[in-house]
Amino acid sequence: MQQPSPTYDLRRQRIIWGWVFLSPWIIGFLIFYLIPMIASLAFTFTDFDLTRPNDINWVGLRNWQSLLADPNVGASLRNTFLYGAIALPLTVGIPILLASLLNQPELLGKRWLRTLFYMPFMIPTVASAFIWAGYLNVETGWLNRLLALVGISGPNWLYDPQIIYFGLFMASLWGVGNSMLITLAGMQTVPTELYEAARVDGASKWALFRRITLPMISPVILYNLVLTTIGLFRFFDVPFMLKGSTGNPAGTTLFFNIYLYRVAFPQQNMGYGSALAWLLFIIALAATLVIFLTARRWVYYSGGEVG
Amino acid sequence: MNTSQNRASPLAVTPVERNTSTVLFHHARHYTGVAMITLFAIIILTLFLSPLGYMAVTSVKSTEQITSGTLLLPMSPIQYEYKGEPYDLFNVPTDDGLKQWALVNAQRTSSEFVDPQNPDVGLIPWQGRWRTLTPVMTLEPQWSNFPLAFERLNFPRMFFNTLMIAVLGVIGTLISCILVAYGFARFPIPGKGILFVILISTIILPRQVTLVPTYAFFASLGWTGTWLPLIVPHFFANAYNVFLLRQYFLTLPKELDEAAMIDGAGPMRILLTVIIPQAYPVIVAVGLFHFVFAWNDYFEPLIYLLNAPQLQPISLGIQQFNDIYTKEPAMLQATSIMALIPPLVLFLLSQRVFMRGIVVTGVDK
Repeated sequence: MQQPSPTYDLRRQRIIWGWVFLSPWIIGFLIFYLIPMIASLAFTFTDFDLTRPNDINWVGLRNWQSLLADPNVGASLRNTFLYGAIALPLTVGIPILLASLLNQPELLGKRWLRTLFYMPFMIPTVASAFIWAGYLNVETGWLNRLLALVGISGPNWLYDPQIIYFGLFMASLWGVGNSMLITLAGMQTVPTELYEAARVDGASKWALFRRITLPMISPVILYNLVLTTIGLFRFFDVPFMLKGSTGNPAGTTLFFNIYLYRVAFPQQNMGYGSALAWLLFIIALAATLVIFLTARRWVYYSGGEVG
Repeated sequence: MNTSQNRASPLAVTPVERNTSTVLFHHARHYTGVAMITLFAIIILTLFLSPLGYMAVTSVKSTEQITSGTLLLPMSPIQYEYKGEPYDLFNVPTDDGLKQWALVNAQRTSSEFVDPQNPDVGLIPWQGRWRTLTPVMTLEPQWSNFPLAFERLNFPRMFFNTLMIAVLGVIGTLISCILVAYGFARFPIPGKGILFVILISTIILPRQVTLVPTYAFFASLGWTGTWLPLIVPHFFANAYNVFLLRQYFLTLPKELDEAAMIDGAGPMRILLTVIIPQAYPVIVAVGLFHFVFAWNDYFEPLIYLLNAPQLQPISLGIQQFNDIYTKEPAMLQATSIMALIPPLVLFLLSQRVFMRGIVVTGVDK
């Protein structure tokens, strides 16, 4: 046997140090991700109920069967997707528009504007939900009074079942600051030469945006799209703060996550709650996969590398 | 559509020779463009932030001022007491000009007023519809809304709870995430690539899928109804923050580490004396992110602290306030202000460093 060389020794030592530094995450991953995930899958086949935690019975596929029969599952999924159909394009699109505005070379006071557009992201959700609830109030709020100035009679944003998703979207609007900032940072890494070359060829501003900016920031758009989609399946705080788990008006705010909360916590039905959680996980995973698969068509990676 | 590098001269648009008039033309065009786009951005910003204006003025109004008063400022009608009864003052046009008189006897087409300057004259008849008159208003902000909300909410208690949960969580997040990010950025761990992918994939894992067992686990430890479930997990790193820190650490030159290593510094010394001092923008960003996250967090306090009102943070406590006081918009806005001031002040104080920390690391490449 050969004596290990000093560089080999040093390398081994550095590997050990590396594991030491990673250990908080590895332990956390096991305790708070891997084991709970497996456990919650196992719970879906039981009648686990926290009011009688020592009396757990295997019930086979019963929870999964009730999932299919439960009208609230279909309704809450439909609400979540309907809200997503409105909120997703806006939540992804508005940061791009704001970032392009803030990236205009002629704009004065960029630093200030950037900070001020970002600022509401720092406002606690509970405060922003109440502020917007007041702002959208049909009698005393500002939005409908502003609309009245231009002759529009505003709707009852948070009480009309036809309109409430727009109201909820607005009440969540202040979350766009972070995506805007990341998009803006992405735009600022686009090489200037690309624009200059295109401009010499006589390209219009819109063509520059469509043919250069959008492809160059498409990885950032993908990132925002994935996080927004995940956020959609987590949608809870704003509707719950404003409407609780009542689903008012007309059942429109019974989002999937709110229904899950109602089953797992006030009702303490942990087995069925786990089945709901796993259904959500499967849907979210499928949605993310679809996004990543289609991403090959529209996400541009400079230099051809992926990821 | 341009980058910040290309803001040299507004005139260097095309490399064509110009005479004075085209230069002036381009000047004028340039400055019009600047003014238009800046004005447009300010209008959008004003609309975007206008709910804050609503919050500010509503928080100092009384319920009457909200329902019947002016849109913007907390105005109240001025009243004048005549023979022991209060009457509203109106701007009344008379032959001697506009007078501020108190309306005593209101009739449809003719009314009787009293002149506060000269009450001994008695009732003055006036021909005309009193409803067309504008009342005399005065600014009357209800500052007392704040102490009232403060008291009803037990705000100091909730503030203390939120602060403790947030600060302890920030400490845990910073210690654990810096260590893990340092491990990922600088050490030759076998399988590091796969581990990093697993780490990142936990970002897109819906939290619900681990929720029930985690809750059952904390319940079996007897930790429900305590702060521990809101604090302890943050000592085990979090994917998003590790990602931000690692990206930043990777931009730091390795030569400094190596120089310190040659001087005999161990990995811990290098982290403390070389990496951390260079990485303070991203550390501020991550610390602030966690602080705001904790200040904001609603779901976990809801499931763990619902039955422990003495331990609840602001987010949960105010929510219950909403249930009780929906009929009092002013109270709701006053409490919203109190809830948003701490994170907002912290952000505005640190925004220079903070924005740099995000912008450098934020781009996912």
